[in-house]
Amino acid sequence: MSVVALAPGYESKVEIRDLEKNFHGNSLVFVHWEEHLSFCSAIAFPLPLGMPFGAFVSEVVAPHYAAHPDAANVDWSKALWSIDGERKSPDFSASLAANGLHHKSLVRFWTPGLSGVAFS
Amino acid sequence: MSGTKKLGLRQRYEYLTRGLDWETSYQPMDKVFPYDSFEGIKIKDWSAWEDPFRLTMDSYWKFQAEKERKLYAVIDAFAQNNGQTGISDGRYANVLKLFLTGISPEEYQAHRGFAFAGRHLRGAGTRVAAQMQSIDELRHLQTQVHTISHYNKYFDGIGEFPHMHDRVWYLSVPKSFFDDARSAGPFEFMIAIGFAFEYLLTNLLFVPFMSGAAYNGDMSTVTFGFSAQSDESRHMTLGIEVIKFLLEQHPDNLPIVQKWVDKWFWRGHRLLGLVAMMMDYMLPKKVMSWKEAWDIYFVEAGGALFQDLGRYGLKMPKYADIATAEAEHISHQNWAVFYQYTHAAAFHTWMPDAEHLDWLSEKYPNTFDKYYRPRWEMWAKMEKEGKRFYNNALPQLCQTCQIPMAYTEPGNPTEICFRSTQYKGETYHFCSDGCKDIFCDEPEKFSQAWLPVHQIFQGNCGGATVPDVLRWYNMNVGADNMDYVGSPDEKLWNEWHAEKLRQAS
Repeated sequence: MSVVALAPGYESKVEIRDLEKNFHGNSLVFVHWEEHLSFCSAIAFPLPLGMPFGAFVSEVVAPHYAAHPDAANVDWSKALWSIDGERKSPDFSASLAANGLHHKSLVRFWTPGLSGVAFS
Repeated sequence: MSGTKKLGLRQRYEYLTRGLDWETSYQPMDKVFPYDSFEGIKIKDWSAWEDPFRLTMDSYWKFQAEKERKLYAVIDAFAQNNGQTGISDGRYANVLKLFLTGISPEEYQAHRGFAFAGRHLRGAGTRVAAQMQSIDELRHLQTQVHTISHYNKYFDGIGEFPHMHDRVWYLSVPKSFFDDARSAGPFEFMIAIGFAFEYLLTNLLFVPFMSGAAYNGDMSTVTFGFSAQSDESRHMTLGIEVIKFLLEQHPDNLPIVQKWVDKWFWRGHRLLGLVAMMMDYMLPKKVMSWKEAWDIYFVEAGGALFQDLGRYGLKMPKYADIATAEAEHISHQNWAVFYQYTHAAAFHTWMPDAEHLDWLSEKYPNTFDKYYRPRWEMWAKMEKEGKRFYNNALPQLCQTCQIPMAYTEPGNPTEICFRSTQYKGETYHFCSDGCKDIFCDEPEKFSQAWLPVHQIFQGNCGGATVPDVLRWYNMNVGADNMDYVGSPDEKLWNEWHAEKLRQAS
């Protein structure tokens, strides 16, 4: 379906607000630690997609989840990953782009054996 | 004396509306009313509009002036008697902060929207009704500002409400709701705000705030509520009249109206999640739980309404069953959002005490102990250990409702609900099927959404760090934000109480 508008050709005047080019060389990446609902939603970062996946995990993901009591016990080599809805085994030495991430990708991960306090 | 016979109210009303209307001849009517046909709504006979209330302008002024004299007398008395010291607890002031920043500016948006409908709908009766509602909404903003300004002398987080409304991340939720309605055509606006908001969902907004005020000793806000009540009943009558009129005019209107009802029910449900949180977490003395309010005002009253509207072929809004299932969860999920982002909110947060936890367990026997009590107890423990839990990243937002994507999968409260779609090669994320459907119906509109988190990353919100952004919000850091315990509000409240005890002894 498309919008019912007063002006003809409305669609041609639309300026999509969150195009990748508006983020000054970065791309939006969303990440979520499953079974840890203390973090109320996925969290958002503007990142260069050339960043290695390993650096993304150690420098972006891990520090932002450090406040959780489970964080100290995470074994990243055992984490399970989903990128944009597909189960993946990311290559930590390859870039985010090489691992299939693009602007507004959603990365979800599970840490088997760790599921917070009643999933919180 | 012979002389002219005095006109009855009804006759005067007829002269005021139909009598003042005419068919234009210098310009075609379609040019004079350019907005009332593009939405596809077909009106065969505007004169079939049943005026829901026959109020003339002079009686309107007289009636409103009388009400406002009474309201301002109460506000003055409240101020002179230091009524602010008699509220149930200092925490209650946060309810007023949420109301003034999140709802009062929407009264103004409603004023603008009804002024637009009152100019651009072709029927004279409809125009007059919309114009009166437009004036009502402006008065409501004004009386709310005057009522709550007394609290602004003592409590933080109130004074910058118009500035904050346009900038602060969670206030983009009510703002974008009304921006959406106001940028639609006049008929969609009337269904969105007149019917869905002012008729179907209004009791879930005003009853909780006004009864909450009464239960918590805030007589000035109660008086405002009474003063607005007769207007609200007029607005409800207009809301029901407009939907019946559209459905009676032409069978082609039904699918359009149904689509709007589906959309605005879901949008309203998401917006009212803020009220849910207020009822279950922010009122020191509780009125009823959100779940109870939802059951009474939506499941029962809304169910009866749609049974009645069924004769026109209108069905219950899509996803009403999901919304009812979510009534067990949304207040807890929203409070969790504000608790962990308390550093970026212009009102205070706290973890419920033991008595409050037990109340929640009792009111939510299916969900609270299983899913939420363990989280609150963990956070309370962390607080005690000096490790108060904060989320130091920015949340992913739903493209449609703009709320952090904190809601869980229908049927599985342990997993966040993620939905997404593609439009012109770009990805968009949603908190629910309801929000995704709304986007997919009008992607041109919602792909332009001003999402606060994305705007911060694009460099449009004062800078790259949280302090930069809070400064851009005009937030008084350390006073407006963070927990109630340790706040200047709490300090002042405790001083008032120490003084009361000293005087009593």
